[in-house]
Amino acid sequence: MNHKQEKVKSYRQPLSKSRRGFLGTTRNIGLAILGGLTWSAYVDEAKANKLLLRPPGALKESDFLKTCIKCGLCVDACRNRNGNIIFDDNGKRVGTKDPTLRLAVPGDNKPLGNPFFIARENPCFMCDDIPCVPACPSGALDILSVTNKKTKKLDINMARMGLAVVHKESCIAYWGLQCDACYRACPLMGKALSINMQMNKRTGKHAFLLPVVHSDICTGCGLCEKACIVEKAAIFVLPRELAMGKVGTHYVKGWDKKDQQRVGVAQSIHTIDKRSEKKAIDKLNNPGGLLDD
Amino acid sequence: MTRVRYLIARRVVQVAILLLYFGGNYYGWKMLTGDLSSSSILGTVPLSDPYAVLQMFVAGAVISSNILIGAAIIFLFYALIGGRAFCSWVCPVNIITDAANWTRRKFGFDMVAKKQPSTRHLRYWVLVISLIISFFLGLTAFEFVSPISMVHRGIIFGMGFGWAAMAILYLFDLFVLKNGWCGHICPLGGFYSIIGKFRLLKVKHDSVACTGCMNCKVVCPESQVLHMIDKVSVPVTSGECTNCGRCIDVCEDNALGFFLKVKNNNEGEINNEKNE
Repeated sequence: MNHKQEKVKSYRQPLSKSRRGFLGTTRNIGLAILGGLTWSAYVDEAKANKLLLRPPGALKESDFLKTCIKCGLCVDACRNRNGNIIFDDNGKRVGTKDPTLRLAVPGDNKPLGNPFFIARENPCFMCDDIPCVPACPSGALDILSVTNKKTKKLDINMARMGLAVVHKESCIAYWGLQCDACYRACPLMGKALSINMQMNKRTGKHAFLLPVVHSDICTGCGLCEKACIVEKAAIFVLPRELAMGKVGTHYVKGWDKKDQQRVGVAQSIHTIDKRSEKKAIDKLNNPGGLLDD
Repeated sequence: MTRVRYLIARRVVQVAILLLYFGGNYYGWKMLTGDLSSSSILGTVPLSDPYAVLQMFVAGAVISSNILIGAAIIFLFYALIGGRAFCSWVCPVNIITDAANWTRRKFGFDMVAKKQPSTRHLRYWVLVISLIISFFLGLTAFEFVSPISMVHRGIIFGMGFGWAAMAILYLFDLFVLKNGWCGHICPLGGFYSIIGKFRLLKVKHDSVACTGCMNCKVVCPESQVLHMIDKVSVPVTSGECTNCGRCIDVCEDNALGFFLKVKNNNEGEINNEKNE
């Protein structure tokens, strides 16, 4: 029997029971790792969508994704809220308008089943009774975050769904045309969104009516975005983390007593090296060798 | 008519539950609101999917008392009484996979691909992996990809491309793997198989009356649980039985039937073996 025949024979030999078991287990573990990694990769990609607006009172995105059970009770409440139901002349319910909130479906390219809204299509109307938040069974919509601590009453003005941002090049108010649609649409008109009047030097006799958003008041409801008259809204709501900058701790408002307290009794540190061991004025008075001839 | 009694009963229950949810959203009905992940009866009694809650817990979420009570109610109902009845009496995917199975039988696809290339233990692996991913990524892993959710949420709140998930399930079960989704992969079915092991509602078998026609094994989506057919008169104890009652429907010999084991006695177990 030559070498080749021997090899063929060894392939044909039935596997021993222990070897069969070992190979089977290895295969199962390998498949489990394969499946697990593919699955994680997909889920990790799917959760990375940062460009979406959550209902009022939503926890921060990472907590929201693990806490929301995707039951849609907020969507139920939003659809059947006061003022959204259509009645006929006899007072009989005939239907509802489309709700603000909806659950992400396959094709939305958003984390599946979680509630969100698209402000340009259907903004949050900031109901006084906030029907969506008490409806949430899981606490993903945190009722305490929209409850006034003193009066113990729901207060939709405490919601922070996002922040309106103005793109001034496409805002016709910046061209000098008269438009204050967003300002008029804002439920917190004059507080969350105010008009900054400036002189129009081009005409010399008109004013610019420039919309300015105040991030400490704006709830991100999106009524301004819905109202914006240009083709693609020049004022639009972004998630707050995306729309806001952060100063960090190294700048202090010296004129603000409260802010000043952050640094306590900080003192400046002088580092002395070869360059700074003499004062600049001494260097000027004694240039050292430059004037010698 | 008696041959489809439980089949029709199941379809009525499945459709009625979806209809109540749908009405809860679109018509403002209060009877049953939410969806199969979490819902509320008459706005007071909470119900929650215990497997989803388990994933939330592993992911590190703070579980509200409302969700916890809801999950406990569902858990106790299926653990004590229904077993895996969720799969065959509630889950809308069951309608799709039953349709695939029916097509398989009707056109004889079983004859072409007889060998099953996969083990039914796969679902327990998927269950474990879903919990591992939930833990490491901090989210509910199966709820992100669950075709069950795509289907029932699609019906209640709007479908989107969810119809593609339905088509995939149907084609997969029809051409790739018999009972592929419900009988091999679905971790929710695996979860209910585990907790339903000690259920009270079971199918009993009378091997004396049995003529061995094997009609029951042909229609059973988990035919491994019917290992006692024509051999011994013991009830179906495997947790993988979905209590769908299809075997009872097709049995022409009255050898199968439901029984509710309330007390710890041998009611339902007929102790005389065949050929004795």
